[in-house]
Amino acid sequence: MPNMSLNKVPMPEQDPNVRNKNFKEVTLGYTEEMAIEEAKRCLSCKHKPCMQGCPVMVKIPEFIALVAEGKFKEAYEKIAETSSLPAICGRVCPQETQCEKYCVRGIKGEPVAIGRLERFVADWYMKNTEEKPEKPEGNGKKVAVVGAGPSGLTCAGDLAKMGYKVTVFEAFHTPGGVLVYGIPEFRLPKDIVAKEVDKLRDLGVEIMTDMVIGKVLSVDELLNEEGFDAVFIGTGAGLPSFMRIEGESLNGVYSANEFLTRINLMKAYKFPDYDTPVYVGKNVVVVGGGNVAMDAARSAKRMGAENVYIVYRRSEEEMPARAEEIHHAKQEDIEFKLLNNPVKINGDDEGWVKSVTCIKMELGEPDASGRRRPVPVEGSEFDIDADVVVIAIGQTPNPLIKNTTPDLETNSRGCIVAKESTGATSKKAVYAGGDVVTGAATVILAMGAGKTAAASIDEYLKNA
Amino acid sequence: MFKIVKKQVLNPTVSLIEVEAPYIAKKAEPGQFIILRIDEKGERVPFTVADFDREKGTITVIFQIVGQTTQRLSELNEGDFIQDFVGPLGVASKFDGVKKVAVIGGGLGTAIAYPQAKKLHSMGVEVDMINGFRNKDLIIIEDLCAAACDNLYTMTDDGSNGNKGFVTAKLEELIKVGRGYDMVIAIGPLVMMKAVCDLTKKYDIKTIVSMNPIMIDGTGMCGGCRVTVGGETKFACVDGPDFDGHLVDFDSAIARSRMFKKQEAESSEAHKCRLEGLKNA
Repeated sequence: MPNMSLNKVPMPEQDPNVRNKNFKEVTLGYTEEMAIEEAKRCLSCKHKPCMQGCPVMVKIPEFIALVAEGKFKEAYEKIAETSSLPAICGRVCPQETQCEKYCVRGIKGEPVAIGRLERFVADWYMKNTEEKPEKPEGNGKKVAVVGAGPSGLTCAGDLAKMGYKVTVFEAFHTPGGVLVYGIPEFRLPKDIVAKEVDKLRDLGVEIMTDMVIGKVLSVDELLNEEGFDAVFIGTGAGLPSFMRIEGESLNGVYSANEFLTRINLMKAYKFPDYDTPVYVGKNVVVVGGGNVAMDAARSAKRMGAENVYIVYRRSEEEMPARAEEIHHAKQEDIEFKLLNNPVKINGDDEGWVKSVTCIKMELGEPDASGRRRPVPVEGSEFDIDADVVVIAIGQTPNPLIKNTTPDLETNSRGCIVAKESTGATSKKAVYAGGDVVTGAATVILAMGAGKTAAASIDEYLKNA
Repeated sequence: MFKIVKKQVLNPTVSLIEVEAPYIAKKAEPGQFIILRIDEKGERVPFTVADFDREKGTITVIFQIVGQTTQRLSELNEGDFIQDFVGPLGVASKFDGVKKVAVIGGGLGTAIAYPQAKKLHSMGVEVDMINGFRNKDLIIIEDLCAAACDNLYTMTDDGSNGNKGFVTAKLEELIKVGRGYDMVIAIGPLVMMKAVCDLTKKYDIKTIVSMNPIMIDGTGMCGGCRVTVGGETKFACVDGPDFDGHLVDFDSAIARSRMFKKQEAESSEAHKCRLEGLKNA
């Protein structure tokens, strides 16, 4: 008998007032009993509407049926047929706009908690199995993957499984890309990322850190001198956008990238045991409405800020952040100042931030993005006291590779032009995917692109 | 891991290390920098490439003990390893069409100015080098510099080497006697570079400065290294570190360099405590 409860089995989580002072994971995951109970809410629809919402086509009803039977290992293997990083996706995918959006149970009540179940299965497998993947037999061909983020890791894993000798070049000292520098520990524990990377190493993937492609080696050198037969570029969208308003050079103004990298990758939350500092102050203004803004705000709170504000120029409805992150941020006492836009950052005599001048906004006609365009309300300026301002309004691709690979076509936003169906770029033997192609998007879309590119690279090299 | 193959103490607070980094050594050019992280808990800190040896596959870095990382770096010896060493980063210096150049180094900046002088000298450009130090005990790489230019002037603030005066005074003197520089390169503390630029503006001589602000990744990702140049925001790591000194907003750069002063002191204090703890254990 299916479980006909209208609501998801709640997932245990740390109390908001405890967790906003530590960096441990917020949500604690299902127990086996909870997972089975939730899995029983799935109606195993024949037309599998949920799967059309998944960029990597996880066989959702099938894995959930296995969970309902208590066959967790088999459930993991079912997911692993199409997804390489389930412990990560279960935590960071925007399920409400993907798989869960199409769940029939969501018509009346809450959809099946597909994300929570995926996470449960992946965590269960990590904890309860010690199986190492078998190293596939090599086919003698070499592929270079540039960037060890979601798209690069996925592409590398798929190619390694097909027998390619894969080398991943990472500019930072730790592989993971946005999973390690951007998404905080409390949302995605870094040992989970490390374990997923270890699985790739078990498959024979070599990961070279501290290698900035475009500087130390060019894409042409990878192909012509280092002996790679193909290159996948998954360098992400790492260049922070600023607002170009007065006062952005003041001390205390960070890009979200800098703020989060200091805290996550460099572990400033463990300062002075770790050497990298971050200054947070008492009042923090975070500008933006995406996941990065939520991450920055919640990190600031955990670093000891008393008042943390999200300043966003549209309303909550238009916020691009995951529903769960907005919900968690509110629970953690982050104050939302919606329909406000910063116009100027004010400093003191020493060059430090003192306050932010905002102007009130109202929503007008829909713009190109389909969201209602925010329009300033004349004469409505007001100041918010601030010691720190974090600008989280978006990122664009890094131009290092573009600038050193003249025959690689890019568009006006600096994104590499690649065919969506194959990942092929304008340059022979060079493929690309993830944020470097789409501009800042989601982990799962990047993984989907890495997968697509791996299949096309295989196709190309088989016929080469 | 990157091995230190040579270490030389140049003065009580300044040391030189030569590090095995063959990929970087193959590509490095004067004006570029590397970022290193000593170990798992270390900070990522940029250092200008002081020299490189393509055949030996090494990069030379000269550093002064100013904080936690440089203190710990100074405690490493030949044969020790540095966990991360990334580069070459930044844009190489451009010297197209210059004939007569004054290269100015202030304190540790001398080590950064040296490879530029060396390169220009090897290109057949006439090079005067003016280096300034607080006193004679702090003078570094004088012999290397002497070999990298036509005329070397080593100045001290207190005159203890027999040449008293700031680099700006010497520069003005040389300009006035008609040395006819078509370019000045100034590398050193922000206040020194600012003073040189104020002077060369007066004589309308193009001046290049090398900015070394706080940064994390060195690839344009954090934006921490932003400097205002000609009213525009630039990233020192990818747009620089060389900039037209007459366009740089030094006052804002000086303010930004103080961003983590308090935390740096706290970090150094914690390091001292750990060392003392080890000694007492």
